Amino acid sequence: MPERHPDHDLIQGEWTERSLVEKLLEPVEKPPPRPWKVVAAVGFVLTLAWLYAIFVTFTKGLGTWGINQPVLWGFDIVHFVWWIGIGHAGTLISAILVLMRQNWRDSLNRITEAMTLFAVLCAATYPLIHMGRAQHFYWILPYPTHMALWPQYKSPLSWDVLAIFTYLTISTLFLYLGLIPDLALLRERSQGWRKKLYGWLSLGWTGSALHWRRYRAAYVLLAGLATPVVISVHSVVSMDFAYGVVPGWHLTLFPPFFAAGAIYSGFAMALTLLIPLRKWYRLEGVITERHLDWMGKVTLASGLGVAYTYLLEIFIAWYSAEPAEWAQQLWRMTGPYAPYYWAMMLINVVLLQTLWFPRFRRNVAWLFVFSILANVGMWLERFVIVVISLSHDFLPGNFHLYSPTWVDWTLFLGTLGFFLFGLAVLIRLFPPSPWRRCCTSTTSLGSTREAPCCTGTWPTLTRRRSF
Amino acid sequence: MEAVKVLTEEEARKAQPKEEKRVSFYPPWPQGEHAWAMTVDLARCVGCGLCVLACQVENNIPVVGKEEVGKGREMHWIRLDRYFAEEGVFHQPVMCQHCEKAPCEAVCPVAATEHSPEGLNLMVYNRCVGTKYCSANCPYKARRFNFFPYAEAFIGQGDPRRAKESPLALLMNPEVTVRSRGVMEKCTYCVQRIELARAEAAREGRRIRTGEVVTACQEVCPGQAIHFGDLLDPEDPIHAHREEGRHYVLLEEVNTWPRTTYLAHLKNPNPRLRKEGGHA
Repeated sequence: MPERHPDHDLIQGEWTERSLVEKLLEPVEKPPPRPWKVVAAVGFVLTLAWLYAIFVTFTKGLGTWGINQPVLWGFDIVHFVWWIGIGHAGTLISAILVLMRQNWRDSLNRITEAMTLFAVLCAATYPLIHMGRAQHFYWILPYPTHMALWPQYKSPLSWDVLAIFTYLTISTLFLYLGLIPDLALLRERSQGWRKKLYGWLSLGWTGSALHWRRYRAAYVLLAGLATPVVISVHSVVSMDFAYGVVPGWHLTLFPPFFAAGAIYSGFAMALTLLIPLRKWYRLEGVITERHLDWMGKVTLASGLGVAYTYLLEIFIAWYSAEPAEWAQQLWRMTGPYAPYYWAMMLINVVLLQTLWFPRFRRNVAWLFVFSILANVGMWLERFVIVVISLSHDFLPGNFHLYSPTWVDWTLFLGTLGFFLFGLAVLIRLFPPSPWRRCCTSTTSLGSTREAPCCTGTWPTLTRRRSF
Repeated sequence: MEAVKVLTEEEARKAQPKEEKRVSFYPPWPQGEHAWAMTVDLARCVGCGLCVLACQVENNIPVVGKEEVGKGREMHWIRLDRYFAEEGVFHQPVMCQHCEKAPCEAVCPVAATEHSPEGLNLMVYNRCVGTKYCSANCPYKARRFNFFPYAEAFIGQGDPRRAKESPLALLMNPEVTVRSRGVMEKCTYCVQRIELARAEAAREGRRIRTGEVVTACQEVCPGQAIHFGDLLDPEDPIHAHREEGRHYVLLEEVNTWPRTTYLAHLKNPNPRLRKEGGHA
């Protein structure tokens, strides 16, 4: 019996290479299933509502939001941080897991990278529209002006701009680079405008060994470049808070705390998306329960980092003997927002522990429920950090509660809609898993070492095309 | 952390001026010709709120209406904090403290709030993009944000487009600009009055005289609780205020080095009344 690769059964079921590719291209080539139509329609309607809420914000002013004098950052920054965090699973799967040769990522990376792209796009809208004079947003960008004025680099907001643009660039490149072989395959298989689109996007890919070699080098290089981004983006975002003097923000602990929270919420969102997706598109053989199990483990590991920080935050507030810090901690635990705080603790500290047990981790239904809960928990965490901290700072005369308006809620639901709509469109244009990488992981093909998939060529791709 | 300090007469007499422990990573600002500062004597403050009103008139501060105030969006540059204690009610006017190490200045991504060599924490309305980070990071929450086009709406009687033709524009102080929607504003130490005094002094070829610059809040204060002065002028009475034992800095632990400082409230209870168990 030949020695088996540890990843021998990453893909389950009886597949030939052709049947697997047919399966993976199904979302693009076959008419979409009914749930797709529902998701796309809901997403589209919410996107329109979102645009209307932005229109109201721009024409009437930020007064239409619920923000007030102490709580000047409300839902806008809560959701900015929330979306940025969600994006992190994609980058982690693209970058770090490639470098660590975790081949199970191959079934997941496309969809999580797409998730990253849309999450970052959603996140990036918030800092833009939350400006009082959004028409001057470009003043934050470093560009040479006639007044020789540059952004003020002591401010973490100007670091944010750089971090987010880097993040957006790298996630887009990753998604695109990974797509090229698939685009070439689709080019060969499609007609009309699709053929033109894929042909143009696939950059003349023919699947030659030389192409593959360059492709792999570029991929690993990009992974190496993106690895620091996984850690740095949310660390920089956390500095918006850690840099401030507000009790509840002023913690050197924040960068690792935010990075862990980002990966936690990112994996939770990836699970929320993947579980229905694999069911609707019958991809259980490609995104197996082992994949979900591993994702559960990563969620647990990063979630434990978050839970640890929650407990340490309480300790530090007490140990610092700083009255304002301790008052803030008590305000969180016993004040009017206490239910939010305790719900966050329940989800991110207590319910998280279920993932220690394989019984729960392999229970797809529980994993789905928990992944949604974890994102609610991470939303609550950002609410606790942004809103609750600001509502209770130093002088009692300033304390004021926050209540969001319909515009705030529409802006949030709108980004959710845009996110779903964007992903729905993307899945109709690009296959949800890279066919070639999945081919190398199949059991049924593993024994046939001479199979074309292992040489990285595909019969229909050997013709060289010119554009 | 004690926002309002209350001392008995005896304690006040015994108290020594606190030595300032000033530690910062940042180099000091370049020093100009003056170093403006303010003291607020809480023992002289009766909490009448005239300073709030005078500031509003002087600086064209919009009236935002009941509903907006209920939402916590009042625009007053001075607010009067009240503290209810056993000894009674204490008032404390709080305005921008013009910190030398201002948390607001460090966080503005577009450098819209800057430090002047004379110690003023300047707000450049034209440069402000309205990220509101400065206010979030202000421990005194002395900054105010234009959530709506308040000024234009007021002058134009509800319609900003009519602002230019409205006679209400004549209500405005021509020395002070009105602020547009989406920018931050705050106490300027009546910078227009400083500049007026500077122009006058330059015309007459002299330095600004001691006590020549009087802020609007100082001018109306019936108890003369507010004093505005120049730390580089040896004759300015502000030195006497700052060397008193009652002198203290609001939220000193945040290490902001404010230029606006306070003199503690004095209580002078009658010991016989106290003995009889009545309220002081």
